Amino acid sequence: MPQSDDNNSAEVPKAREAEEQPLVRFENVVKRYGDNVVLDELDFNVLPGQRVTLIGPSGSGKTTILRLLMTLEQVDDGVIWVDGDPLSHMYRNGALVRASQKHQRGVRKKIGMVFQQLNLFPNMTVRRNITEAPVHTLGMSRDEADERAAELLEMVGLADRIDEHPTRLSGGQQQRVAIARALAMRPEILLLDEVTSALDPELVAGVLDVLREIARTTDITMLAVTHEMGFAKDVSHRVLMFDRGQIVEDGPPERIFSEPREERTKSFLHAVLEAG
Amino acid sequence: MDFFVESLPIYLNGAWYTLLITVGGCALAFVISMVVGVVGTLRNVLARVVALAYVEVFRGVAALVLMFWLFYALPLLTGYRLEPVLAAILALGLNVGAYGAENVRGAINAVPRGQYEAGIALNFEPVQRMRLVILPQAWAQMLPTFGNLIIELMKGSAVVSLIAVSDLTFVAQQMRTFSGQTLLAFLGALVMYFVIAQVFQFLMRLAERRANRRLGRDLDKPLFRRAASATGGTSKGGEP
Repeated sequence: MPQSDDNNSAEVPKAREAEEQPLVRFENVVKRYGDNVVLDELDFNVLPGQRVTLIGPSGSGKTTILRLLMTLEQVDDGVIWVDGDPLSHMYRNGALVRASQKHQRGVRKKIGMVFQQLNLFPNMTVRRNITEAPVHTLGMSRDEADERAAELLEMVGLADRIDEHPTRLSGGQQQRVAIARALAMRPEILLLDEVTSALDPELVAGVLDVLREIARTTDITMLAVTHEMGFAKDVSHRVLMFDRGQIVEDGPPERIFSEPREERTKSFLHAVLEAG
Repeated sequence: MDFFVESLPIYLNGAWYTLLITVGGCALAFVISMVVGVVGTLRNVLARVVALAYVEVFRGVAALVLMFWLFYALPLLTGYRLEPVLAAILALGLNVGAYGAENVRGAINAVPRGQYEAGIALNFEPVQRMRLVILPQAWAQMLPTFGNLIIELMKGSAVVSLIAVSDLTFVAQQMRTFSGQTLLAFLGALVMYFVIAQVFQFLMRLAERRANRRLGRDLDKPLFRRAASATGGTSKGGEP
């Protein structure tokens, strides 16, 4: 890991060894939209169980990282690895070639995502929103999926709304269902893309509490793009500060937030805390 | 009045053919709409070109000419003669199916992008994504236009009178010839067409409401206005 001295200093759950294989690895990843370079030869690793918060000004490429990992976008150059397997590419005759859709489906089943825009399926009840994917893509039985849905809804505090229509729930409740839906797939990596940004202010706390609980009770690896600095501080092991498609600063939240080294980090944090 | 009482069975018989051709044509048009419409949204360029070609060809051809061609020209080429009713169903179905395919394609493309992305994030295969997530949402959007197309097809079915199928229009012309009552003869057909259209319109409204409720819209509105208490069971009425 060449780009930063404190990459490995990020606090990792104690049971894990620092030299173990990264769960996520970006290797010289380039992403462009037309002439606009969003990610510029980006290199970074995320270890299993690490909870990483991506911060930085809008347009700095944070969300693009999550979208590339979820295969909603494809890299222009470089390779993304998940748990030792290439995600953006696959091996053919010993060489790395562009991944087929089928290959990506195989690798991305380890990844779940919660979106800023909620994206619950309006044609399904809360129950079916959560159970449909495990039944159809993991081959789980209806009963097992139902049971799991009930447990997860219990955890997000919506057990009594299981047969409700998503449109009958508040934005915050919908987002909690979306979190349950992502977890129902038992992902190893959970991507959180500004999950509270579209919510009314009074609904934000409920969603963040659920995420804190997940962080406390599971060892799921998280990559979160957020403007909630308090949440980032509480939950993450590591903060990555982005600007113009590059990592500007990388370190544990205590250090980044209290004594940022880079000028760009300082001014960004200043601006965010001013606004908040 | 006597005119209508005496001629009612004849009109009903004509209405039967009109209905038969309408329902048959709609069934064919529906299948074509779904298949060509979905194919038109695929990423594969060849698939999209085929769908586009279908739409452009059959939308650009008059149903009447297509029917004449199937009925008069096809036998010259193949030696097989289609039943007139079948030729009419084929011509109308192929023609209206082209419009329907555009409707389906548009409705699918109108489903918000986030729904596709959520489907990818949950690792659905493309076919599952289409079947479980996209089409059920596009369905509500398709129905109003499908309703219009059904009525259009029903009225368009009058062309079959030109290949001697005794549908409503054909019957009306015969009644006029035999009775000399031009006014009444066509009035009867007008009324019958109107009644059939109303029935289709009612059924489509019902289907639209049902589709909207499945998407969580208008849950508080009853499916039937008068049977509110009987159908209101799905909503608990609790404020979120």
